[in-house]
Amino acid sequence: MIHARNLPFVTTLGIFVIAYALCVAQFPNMLSTRVIGNLLTDNAFLGIAAVGMTFVILSGGIDLSIGSVIAFTSVFVAVMVGSLGVHPLVAFAAVLVISTIFGSLMGAMIRYLDIPPFVVTLAGMFLARGAAYLISTESVPISHEIIDTIQGFYFRFPGGGRLTALAMLMLAVFIAASFIAGRTRFGANVYAIGGNQQSAELMGVPVGSTTIGIYALSGFLSGLAGIAYTLYTSSGYSLATVGVELDAIAAVVIGGTLLTGGVGLVAGTFVGILIQGLIQTYIVFDGSLSSWWTKIVIGILLFVFIVLQRGIIWYSNRKLAESRLKEV
Amino acid sequence: MTDTNTLLEARGIGKSFLGITALDGVDFTLEAGEIHALLGENGAGKSTLIKILTGVYTRDRGTMRMHGQEVTPANVGEAQALGIGTVYQEVNLLENLTVAENLFLGRQPRRFGLIDRREMRRRSKALLERYGLDIDVDALLSSYSVAVRQIVAIARAVDLSGKVLVLDEPTASLDAHEVEMLFSVLRKLREDGLGIIIITHFLNQVYAVADRVTVLRNGRLVGTKKLSDLPRLELISMMLGRELQHITRDHQAEDATVAATAEAPIQFLGYGKRGSVAPFDLQVRPGEVVGVAGLLGSGRSETAFLLFGIDRADSGTAMVDGKEVTLSSPEAAIANGFGFCPEERKTDGIIGDFSVADNIALALQARQGWAKPITSAEKTALADNFIKSLDIRPADPERPIKFLSGGNQQKAILARWLATDPRLLILDEPTRGIDIGAHAEILKMIEKLCAEGMSLVVISSELEELTAVAHRVIVLSDRKHVAELAGSEMTADNIMQAIASSARTEAA
Repeated sequence: MIHARNLPFVTTLGIFVIAYALCVAQFPNMLSTRVIGNLLTDNAFLGIAAVGMTFVILSGGIDLSIGSVIAFTSVFVAVMVGSLGVHPLVAFAAVLVISTIFGSLMGAMIRYLDIPPFVVTLAGMFLARGAAYLISTESVPISHEIIDTIQGFYFRFPGGGRLTALAMLMLAVFIAASFIAGRTRFGANVYAIGGNQQSAELMGVPVGSTTIGIYALSGFLSGLAGIAYTLYTSSGYSLATVGVELDAIAAVVIGGTLLTGGVGLVAGTFVGILIQGLIQTYIVFDGSLSSWWTKIVIGILLFVFIVLQRGIIWYSNRKLAESRLKEV
Repeated sequence: MTDTNTLLEARGIGKSFLGITALDGVDFTLEAGEIHALLGENGAGKSTLIKILTGVYTRDRGTMRMHGQEVTPANVGEAQALGIGTVYQEVNLLENLTVAENLFLGRQPRRFGLIDRREMRRRSKALLERYGLDIDVDALLSSYSVAVRQIVAIARAVDLSGKVLVLDEPTASLDAHEVEMLFSVLRKLREDGLGIIIITHFLNQVYAVADRVTVLRNGRLVGTKKLSDLPRLELISMMLGRELQHITRDHQAEDATVAATAEAPIQFLGYGKRGSVAPFDLQVRPGEVVGVAGLLGSGRSETAFLLFGIDRADSGTAMVDGKEVTLSSPEAAIANGFGFCPEERKTDGIIGDFSVADNIALALQARQGWAKPITSAEKTALADNFIKSLDIRPADPERPIKFLSGGNQQKAILARWLATDPRLLILDEPTRGIDIGAHAEILKMIEKLCAEGMSLVVISSELEELTAVAHRVIVLSDRKHVAELAGSEMTADNIMQAIASSARTEAA
């Protein structure tokens, strides 16, 4: 039996399978491992960022700073490695520490100053974007043998597709995050806070440390997404990835996570990312469509999902009322 | 009383919020193996006492002992560690999690650092079996009825704490069958030696399940009694805070005038709503004050909600001037010349950040419609007028209303309705939480308004206040209108008798 709470995820999965089948029916080449490999690589950085966003939204919050943190990270790494000659791995480690601290500070402000996440992360968004401009306003190219090695590393699928290091990184993040969400006390606390923060607190959930942990995780994953983006484009540019946080939110919601928090799966976000990638791939295959169609389809899907979630809540409330009536 | 059976002992507990005393020198003793009911009207200090015992608040004065050891729980977790568990009325568990996840949140069994779902499921099943509950623990909590959720909450609290169980209005949304199911669980826990504190306002349930009762009133202890030798009438008089004695006011003269008055222009016939208030008849004549009495939860406020169209009646008709009207919303009620000052002044009455003038002009604006805005000059004139006539202090129409005292806020809300020149004004607990001076002024104003020909419905738990201002009193019990007293019959004694006798027939 499908639980009502998994229905949005199952719907998403169904939509993806049907959409993919339709695409393949029109362009049989889209079934190739090459397409799948590229889809994963092209969306790796977005996928990693969306994982962080999943935790934030599950807890009933929002993180608008993601796109700016990615831009900051990429510029920071590019300048450190390209201009200052720092070893890439050192630059990666430094930037992950910075983005994690940045996230945990936002979490602390949300919790202890009782400011809505929307406002705090909006401020974080401007701050990180400004910091990125401060470092460099130009596109900074990056090259280093380690970066070349990472970029050149891949497994070959049968059929010529490549599972690149970036795709593997994203898959690893999704798998680890699934375990954190579903099988750790931290994960359970995230769902609890998203369900009802006051009840969670009365039940003894450490709301403070969990909130900080959630935004620290989102900050860390934004930093990691920034590194992935740097590797993907071989450069850092402070004007890049504007609005990526909105794409991440879209992926999370299309993946079946309730925007009000408490209900959703990390795996759903993965399917949400795949759907977005599929639409882009279809547009490339078609060749005549404007790439803005991606946005239009995403917009329609978002509407469908929000209505669907409302419908499920309405339906389960009604069923509950009916069962109560029967008992009486 | 410090015999070996004493589990939890509180002495002289005091607590103030912003200078307002919520609890004043309250003693409370809980023994192992007893169910102890805690009673009192709204604002009596029940929840403050419970929150101190369970670590949500810290006490200002007094001592608290568990097994003779002085303790001061600083938060819910510390109280749990001491053995004190709580089940709150509404916010208790998380509906978006499964039953098992709720039972073990924060203490999930783990293997290799990961939550062991199989073990959690097994232990949840075993735990609930002891309460006679055989349900799918992997289903969402929201898929179960309130009664089942309540038992899951109790199971969690007892499993966590195990000595003292506090239940805050556990039966508020349960039906009779579910209540019995809950009580059998409580009786079993009592046999296991737990001390149980239960807050409820259903007297029948108190007599059905509790051993002793402690009554609070206005933050003070009225007394702790064994229920087996406490007559119902005495318990009610403890709660309403009056000794049984005859009231001095003479209503003889009024008997004739009330009876002589002709057909009432405002009538409610068979008016009621299922699950809220049983159908009742109510006539209100100009210049008449109808009092509504009853214990907390008897349907007092629900009656007001029906009259003002906040809740929609599902039976009966409302007539104004002989014409049938539909009170489908407060807007419709206002259009018929009704006004309503709600009980929860802070949340339902004032708009705290608005100025006094804005708050006063609100209902008049609503009545006029948004197409005809009240100019700010008119608004100030209106406010000045009422500030003067009602003596609202400080006399500053531009001050945000949240900075005024309770009594002055209440006057401003009265002014809001008076500005619309209503024919029927419904006042729900108009004198709660305001100082004595303002109290007297508001009572005087009620008399003045009724002398001017306005009709009033006044709901109050202060019986003396009711019998003093009302011409007739309607008595509610268990969501039914059980009696209507007028003239010389209208005494605090008779009101309490009416409540007690209806409660007894209910129980029989």
